[in-house]
Amino acid sequence: MNNYRMHLLVCGGTGCTSSDSLKLVDELKESIEKHGISNEVEVVITGCFGFCEKGPILKVYPDDVFYVTVKPEDAEEIVEEHVIKGRQVERLLYVEPNLKVKLEGQKDLPFYKKQIRIALRNCGFINPEDINECLAADGYQALAKCLCEMSKEEVIETVIKSGLRGRGGGGFPTGLKWKYTSNNASDVKYIICNADEGDPGAFMDRSILEGDPHSVLEAMAIAGYAIGAEHGYIYIRAEYPLAIHRLEIAITQARELGLLGIDILGTGFNFDVELRYGAGAFVCGEETALIHSIEGARGEPSTKPPFPAQCGVWDKPTCVNNVETLANIPPIFLRGADWFRTIGTEKSPGTKVFALAGKVNNVGLVEVPMGTTLREVIYDIGGGIKNNKEFKAVQTGGPSGGCITKENLDIPIDYESLNSIGSMMGSGGMIVMDEDNCMVNIAKYYLEFTKEESCGKCTPCRVGNKRLLEILDKITQGNGTEQDLADLVELGEIIKDTSLCGLGQTAPNPVLSTLHYFYDEYLAHVREKKCPAAVCESLLSYIILPEKCVGCTACAKVCPVPCILGEVKKTHVIDQSKCIKCGACYNTCKFSAIAKR
Amino acid sequence: MGGNCDTQEKFAELQNFIDSIEDKRGALIAVLHRAQQLYGYLSNEVIFYVSEKLVIPSSKIYGVISFYSYFTTKQRGKYVINVCLGTACFVRGAEAIMKEFEKELNIKAGESTKDMKFTLSGLRCIGACGLAPVVMINDKVYGRVEVDQIKKIIEECEKEAE
Amino acid sequence: MSKLKSIEELQKIRQAAKDNLDLRSTAESEDRIIIRVGMATCGIASGARTTMNAIVDELREQNITNVSVTQTGCMGYCAEEPLVEVVFKDKPSVIYGHVDAQRGREIVNEHIKNGRLLQNAIITKSFEKID
Repeated sequence: MNNYRMHLLVCGGTGCTSSDSLKLVDELKESIEKHGISNEVEVVITGCFGFCEKGPILKVYPDDVFYVTVKPEDAEEIVEEHVIKGRQVERLLYVEPNLKVKLEGQKDLPFYKKQIRIALRNCGFINPEDINECLAADGYQALAKCLCEMSKEEVIETVIKSGLRGRGGGGFPTGLKWKYTSNNASDVKYIICNADEGDPGAFMDRSILEGDPHSVLEAMAIAGYAIGAEHGYIYIRAEYPLAIHRLEIAITQARELGLLGIDILGTGFNFDVELRYGAGAFVCGEETALIHSIEGARGEPSTKPPFPAQCGVWDKPTCVNNVETLANIPPIFLRGADWFRTIGTEKSPGTKVFALAGKVNNVGLVEVPMGTTLREVIYDIGGGIKNNKEFKAVQTGGPSGGCITKENLDIPIDYESLNSIGSMMGSGGMIVMDEDNCMVNIAKYYLEFTKEESCGKCTPCRVGNKRLLEILDKITQGNGTEQDLADLVELGEIIKDTSLCGLGQTAPNPVLSTLHYFYDEYLAHVREKKCPAAVCESLLSYIILPEKCVGCTACAKVCPVPCILGEVKKTHVIDQSKCIKCGACYNTCKFSAIAKR
Repeated sequence: MGGNCDTQEKFAELQNFIDSIEDKRGALIAVLHRAQQLYGYLSNEVIFYVSEKLVIPSSKIYGVISFYSYFTTKQRGKYVINVCLGTACFVRGAEAIMKEFEKELNIKAGESTKDMKFTLSGLRCIGACGLAPVVMINDKVYGRVEVDQIKKIIEECEKEAE
Repeated sequence: MSKLKSIEELQKIRQAAKDNLDLRSTAESEDRIIIRVGMATCGIASGARTTMNAIVDELREQNITNVSVTQTGCMGYCAEEPLVEVVFKDKPSVIYGHVDAQRGREIVNEHIKNGRLLQNAIITKSFEKID
């Protein structure tokens, strides 16, 4: 076996293969063969590079030279020049459009700079179960700096100056939260890390805790120092066993090194952390509810004021910060508040982690500077919609957020802009939906969620959301009227105005926003009794497409009613008056001859 | 529940756990987690025991248990099948997965089979959205589940149980 | 491990940890290779543990001793799990997606042993990380 000195990586993703990348592979192989160097150079087909508009893309390993729009006829030149003579083929390098500079390495390409990892800086790089790897990646350096070189006031001032805002959804300035808690005099104070990631579809907090638990512990200690707390709680979902396990290891290791506990680094500062488990209640993500849950009670929210900064756990001043917010803290101290402000937008500095999921090609966790557009996230990073379907909407903010349509895809993401179009940042779930998703059904899904999760303390949320759900159910059953649509809006507005906590105040958002952007789809449900996306079962009918049916009788055999008529080798027909819409025929047909309408 | 001796042992373990907590303030939820881990569910007997040890009225404990969906007062099957109904799984067809389990096991979500082998329930997001739709059976996560795999998954559990 | 009593002690242990991990820093690390396996919930659910065991097993069978296999958190490419990253000294790292046990063994036999990258398996790092 030979040890290849060089590899030519050619993108074999859908975009590039449609622009002839496989032909390029053949040409490269042929040329390598011709020059008699096939024992030292190999061509490798890889997954999508993501930079599809400039495809086909060829990367030379280990040189890290990146060629774009490479045509099959360029193969010979690349082999002769680059592979044999070691000279770059300049004309195939990527040209930076603004500066007209040719860039050779992948790391220089602006496309790959769309994602900047601050909160996720160590996830996927260090072994989370070994504190030494964390220390090598500058773990606890920020804590050391704060304890040894900065006063409490300076620490708080730095966070205020950085402009960091709460990443759990609300977007409240973190520094001010610290300041208020610090201002309230008390012998005992608490810092809480909110790791109750209840928003279905968001998993960045889990990833941070599983990939870099020490960053959260370090940030909590810094916050403790700043506000005068010696005790911290991490409130974490019981559904995250691995994250709990890694946190326990991290806490033990930090205690062994004296980075948690009494007299940290000989500075006289004491701080320790305790885990508290959630038990499956979405409302516990709300800070007052979370505090009651930590106290071992039902996690019902209470009215603010008093705010936790005045009267929190065990009636002591308490500061509650989300996992992602805390993960941003150490880099702010190591690189400075001014550096942090250079990333993102003026009102929302820094980055945000999004959990990109749903009908998108590259499902995953992405961290982008605030101000990036949804289009860049979904198409450039996410690789577009699965199976080349039509984009319909993207849902942000989970059960409290709303849907965003293609008209608003170019809006830069920050707290204010998302609010202005009827959605919200939320904790960062981003669910992409295509033409096959019914928006009424999606709204119903979220309402089912909030109805289940409403704690029942205040009437608008407990009863109002149930009524909203009943109306939606009626609409998806085909019994809705136009009056129902008006009722949804009126009731939704009342619930928003009168509920006690954030859960109720935002629960109608999914309904109101889909009503606003997809009113036609709702109308189709109530007027024509049709579900345009063919999702709502009561509203759809199964039909046999005559041009595709070969008369194999498979459908007639599985039909339980039976309502499919037809002779062998002749087109079959479904008797709609008898059809129970079980879908058995649809699943059985091998010729895609049965359609849902 | 198992034999009497088994129960004694579990109570001793729960007792040890409670004794190991220094600050018993706010410890109720942690104790209930431990108890459910030991017994599989929270019976009256367990609730009264916890009530006595922590000096908290059993009515208050009931209030806490009924509030949190993670706790259950009903015995559950050997295999607890949790179909993730989080948004990412939902838009990728979790409903159909749930229906197929209901059909195959002949029970509804929230119920257990008569032989107490399986309990079927829904769950709000386990945070493995990249693998949607996801099913969790006891502690094992199955990702990218398709409707026609469900029969095999159930058979796998049945085989393992034997 | 004893408790750190001052910032100087922290810096000392940090430097030691850095030297130990950094492939470039010491002479004996000349031919050291690191294999990182993404082991967050998604990774484990898609079989990362089986993959890691297969890699370790194959390294043992082939008597390869200059490779350290380590677990790490979420790399962000959930759709491609399980993920394995191979880092050679002075070369850009290579990330493989959908690595099952068999592909894990191929990585050892082809990439590590013979210096050949695998076909149809490489994915691209698409982000910038702050140091």
